[in-house]
Amino acid sequence: MNLHLLAALGLGLVASPVFAADGIGAGLLKSQCISCHAIAKPDNASLDRLWERKGPDLYYSGSKFNKPWLEKWLQNPASIRPAGEFYTRHVKGTDKEDAVDESTLTPHVKLSEADAEVVADALMAMVAPAGLIDKGAFKGEKVGMAMGAMFFNKLRGCAACHMAKPGMGGASGPELFTAGGRLQADYIYSYIKNPQKIDPHIWMPTLNLAEPDLQRLTGYILQLGASEGK
Amino acid sequence: MKMNFRQRAPAFLQTGLFLASCFLVAGHAAAEEPNTKRAVRNYDTYCVQCHGINRNGRGINSRDMSVQPRDHGDAKGMGGIPDEEIFRVIKEGGLAVNKSVLMPAWGNVMNDEEIKELVAYLRFVCNCGLGK
Repeated sequence: MNLHLLAALGLGLVASPVFAADGIGAGLLKSQCISCHAIAKPDNASLDRLWERKGPDLYYSGSKFNKPWLEKWLQNPASIRPAGEFYTRHVKGTDKEDAVDESTLTPHVKLSEADAEVVADALMAMVAPAGLIDKGAFKGEKVGMAMGAMFFNKLRGCAACHMAKPGMGGASGPELFTAGGRLQADYIYSYIKNPQKIDPHIWMPTLNLAEPDLQRLTGYILQLGASEGK
Repeated sequence: MKMNFRQRAPAFLQTGLFLASCFLVAGHAAAEEPNTKRAVRNYDTYCVQCHGINRNGRGINSRDMSVQPRDHGDAKGMGGIPDEEIFRVIKEGGLAVNKSVLMPAWGNVMNDEEIKELVAYLRFVCNCGLGK
C-alpha cells in the first residue's frame, strides 16, 4: 500500500510538469489553431470541405513534422506555400502568368518560445491513425542529387508544382527545399505514394509511382532539406 | 476581353442547358446542371494551377515549366483533338498520348464520369467541337 502510494507520488512528481505542458499546449491548439486546422480527423472528407479549410489538417502532425522544425517555425512562421492554402482561392489573372493575390493571404499566428515548445509537444503527440502513414517505408538510402533532380524535374514532373530551389519551380504546392528539415521521411514517402489518402481530393495527383521512384524522390527531397533548409 | 470563366461559365452553361432542355425531355437539363457545376469545381481545383484561372494556359505554375500548358481557349488547337484523346490525357496523363509528363494522370483523383464532364466543359471553354 505504502509502496503504491510512494510510486504514485513519485510518478506524480515526474509526470505532472509533462501533463501540465501537454495541457497548456493542447489548450493553445484549441484556442488558437482549430479555426484554421483540424486537430481531429474530419468526418467530412468532401471536396467542398477542402475548399473551406484554411490550413492543412494537423490531426496526424506527430507523424508528419520534425519537432525541432516545428518549434522554430511556430516562432517565426515563414510562408511554406507560395500561393497559400489553397492556391486556387489566392490567384488572380494578369497579362502574363497568373499571380498570387497577396492581399488574400493571412500571416500565420506567431508564438512565443515557451508557447511554441508546448504547442510543438502537443502537435507531436497527435500521431496518425493506423494505416495512414507507411511506417518504416523509407529505406534511408542516399540518392545522387543529379539523378534525384532529373527524376524530380524532368521524368516525374514534380517541379511543375513544387520548388526544389527558392524561386524556381511551381507555386501551387508547398516548397520542398525546406522539406527535409520540416517533414518525416515516411510521411514524405506516403504522401508521394497517395496524397489523396492523407488529404482527400487534394490537388496533387496520385501517380502510381513504382517503389524505386518513391524511395528516390523521398531521399532526394530529404537531402534537399539537409542542404538548404536546416 | 478577359473572361472570368470561374464566375461566368456556370451561368453560360446553365443558359445553354436551359435552351437545350427545350428540345429534350423535361428534367434532363436539371439533371445535368449539378454535373456542370462539378466540372467547373474540378477544373478550379485541379487544372487552374497550370492551365490558369482564365483557362489560357498561363497558370501560376506555368512560368518555369519547360513545356507550356495548353491554352484551353484556343479553338483551333483544342478543336483538332478528339474527345477520346482529351479524356485519355486527363485520365492517364500526357505521356499516354505522347505529350509532356508535366500533364499528370488524374485518373486516381477523378472518376470517369467526372472526366467526361470535364471534356464537355473544355468544349465549352474553347467554343469548339472536333474539326470545327
